[in-house]
Amino acid sequence: MRIFVLVKQVPDSTEIKIDPRTGNLLRQGVAAIMNPEDRHALQAAVELAAQVGESSVTVLTMGPPQAIDVLTEALACGADKAVLLTDELFAGADTWSTSGVLARAIQHLGGAHLVLAGRQAIDGDTAQIGPQVAEALGMEQATYVQEIEYLDGELEVERRMGEHLERLCLPLPALVTVVAELNVPGHPRLDLLLLACQDRAPIEILNAADLGFKAQEVGLAGSLTEVVETFSPKSARETEFLEGSPAEMAAALLGRLKAAKLLHKGGLE
Amino acid sequence: MTIRIDQQSCDGCVRCLAACPYGGIDIADGKAVLNLRCTHCGTCLDACPQGAILSDAGTRRIPDFSEYRGVWVMAQQEAGGLHPVSLELLGKARELAEHLGQDVSALLLGDRVEPLVGALFAAGAQQVHLVEHPALAGYRTLPFSRAAAQVIQSQKPEILLVGATPMGRDLAPRLARRLGLGLTADCTGLEIDAQERILRQTRPAFGGNVMATIVGRYSRPQVATVRPGIMKPLPPEPGRQGRLLRHNVHIPSQDLRTTLLKTIQVPRSGVDLTSARVIVAGGRGVGNMAGFALLEELAGVLGAELGGTRVAYESGWIPHERQIGQTGVTVRPDLYVAVGLSGAIQHRAGMLDSRFIVAINKDRAAPIFDVADFALVGDFSKIVPAVISAAQEA
Ligand SMILES: Cc1cc2nc3c(=O)[nH]c(=O)nc-3n(C[C@H](O)[C@H](O)[C@H](O)COP(=O)(O)OP(=O)(O)OC[C@H]3O[C@@H](n4cnc5c(N)ncnc54)[C@H](O)[C@@H]3O)c2cc1C
Ligand SMILES: Nc1ncnc2c1ncn2[C@@H]1O[C@H](COP(=O)(O)O)[C@@H](O)[C@H]1O
Repeated sequence: MRIFVLVKQVPDSTEIKIDPRTGNLLRQGVAAIMNPEDRHALQAAVELAAQVGESSVTVLTMGPPQAIDVLTEALACGADKAVLLTDELFAGADTWSTSGVLARAIQHLGGAHLVLAGRQAIDGDTAQIGPQVAEALGMEQATYVQEIEYLDGELEVERRMGEHLERLCLPLPALVTVVAELNVPGHPRLDLLLLACQDRAPIEILNAADLGFKAQEVGLAGSLTEVVETFSPKSARETEFLEGSPAEMAAALLGRLKAAKLLHKGGLE
Repeated sequence: MTIRIDQQSCDGCVRCLAACPYGGIDIADGKAVLNLRCTHCGTCLDACPQGAILSDAGTRRIPDFSEYRGVWVMAQQEAGGLHPVSLELLGKARELAEHLGQDVSALLLGDRVEPLVGALFAAGAQQVHLVEHPALAGYRTLPFSRAAAQVIQSQKPEILLVGATPMGRDLAPRLARRLGLGLTADCTGLEIDAQERILRQTRPAFGGNVMATIVGRYSRPQVATVRPGIMKPLPPEPGRQGRLLRHNVHIPSQDLRTTLLKTIQVPRSGVDLTSARVIVAGGRGVGNMAGFALLEELAGVLGAELGGTRVAYESGWIPHERQIGQTGVTVRPDLYVAVGLSGAIQHRAGMLDSRFIVAINKDRAAPIFDVADFALVGDFSKIVPAVISAAQEA
């Protein structure tokens, strides 16, 4: 079974800070990591490949040259092969454009029986890439998946639909996006990591021309949406610090809440 | 696309630094220069008053979309009823349609779902496009994409809004890719641009650190998924009539190969923080179950539901359905009391729309105080009991 895993390099969002003066993102020194849910997708791919036998796991990422780091990590976690799609022309891509590049690359690399992706990336949170790649490749899809079983060329998956769970039987080829509940990702293996860092590591690099794209077909130029403004969410609130002993603060607070009609008679509802 | 800054015309005004979401521009020797973090996304292009930021992207022609009209809402169902987000979106759609001088339609897909039509009219739909088909009993991606695509292609709406539920976020991207449409995910703000008359779609990115406004100039309909619980439904007008249009669709058997084996109801814990009017939320600073017992007592006197941060959930102090934030629920109560939590951006993303925010934290510099109306600095184990007794006396 040919399995592809879509991984994205993202800034570690727990470390992002806002410059209080300008309101801009401060990304200096913020570590870039593999999108957390993608690690679960990769783990599932490696496990399925072992279970099914005669399988290959290829990780694929579109990003700037430094995104190669997530590929190295993926190889150390058991992927067989990694492909970096990088080109200045890809910059500014929306999900339409990104999914088009990822789908074309999968075809270029021989097609897939199964594509695994994270449900969403923590930088953009769109959750759109998975379904859009599935559509571009004409595959079955299941999103928000927390359990995957392979049975005789079909998948049985369990997905979270908010208030309920669904179990689906999915023929291949299919694309599945996964949530963290799926599994516990293993740690990178040092021996594999050493191999992945060598010159002959199985990493292939493709650009727009390799995939047959013209400049105006990819990146911002090939996108259907564009960001016209960014701003930091500002709080319109004026914070009032209530001072004094705990009892004094509590009394002041209750007074404010009553004035704002937030307390009902007797303080009870 | 690549971006270049013409050093001759740059006057070092730094406006581009403020526009860049990535911190991709530095000032060196009084001129703007791109650094490694630049992704060549082009957001800075319009920010430069000197026209010093250049790109190799030519101006794109905007196709003629004059035959596309109407603001549509995907009507989602849940257990035989309409999902509340559909009603919220009809309220928003009415506002957008008024700006455009157009009508509001709901698109209802399912098997024998006609009984829901009246509720859509009552919630503000002027037309309902109804597709009934046995293959649409229960949501599955491919038959729903097929049916929706056929109706949209023939009716040519200008805008389509879809609730950002798991179902909406499964369907909308598939549909958008199929019809060649731009799509913005999980929006929290929508308005019509006064000049261009296009939809400005605002959404949080980077876990709520930045808000981005996005437009789709090059395809129609403009499609957005919209976060539930943000838009306001109109007061329902029972008995209101509208136009019902039925559509037949062809769903080929190749769309039916995925089968739904079963649906499992997750035992409902009965908590629904999204509709709570008062919430008391705790974080790492509450320390242990005994601390949460104190918060529960406070919640009792305030008539509040109990919630918490991800740390509180991961520590086992609250169940997951009470986790508030980016990866938990989004709430907007009248009163939010934040206790011993720092107000990390991922937490704030889920509670910022609360009407009043009270924060109790021992660290005067905690970010939660930036968004609080009332700040109480000190140890919660001293302050909370004082608030409880004051509330009991009040
Ligand atoms: C992708 C992603 C998604 C996330 N999603 C969520 C989410 O949905 N919801 C969420 O909440 N978090 C989420 N997080 C985690 C988030 O980044 C923070 O780590 C978390 O919110 C911090 O929780 P906290 O405020 O309880 O803990 P801390 O940040 O450790 O804050 C504890 C606070 O308690 C105060 N304190 C300590 N002792 C006392 C005392 N005795 N009295 C009064 N105050 C005291 C301290 O001053 C401190 O401010 C997410 C993170 C990531 C990366
Ligand atoms: N540039 C990319 N390269 C490879 N995979 C991606 C890329 N962007 C998104 N993905 C995949 O799509 C998933 C959802 O991302 P998103 O739709 O951006 O929230 C991620 O978890 C990745 O698996």
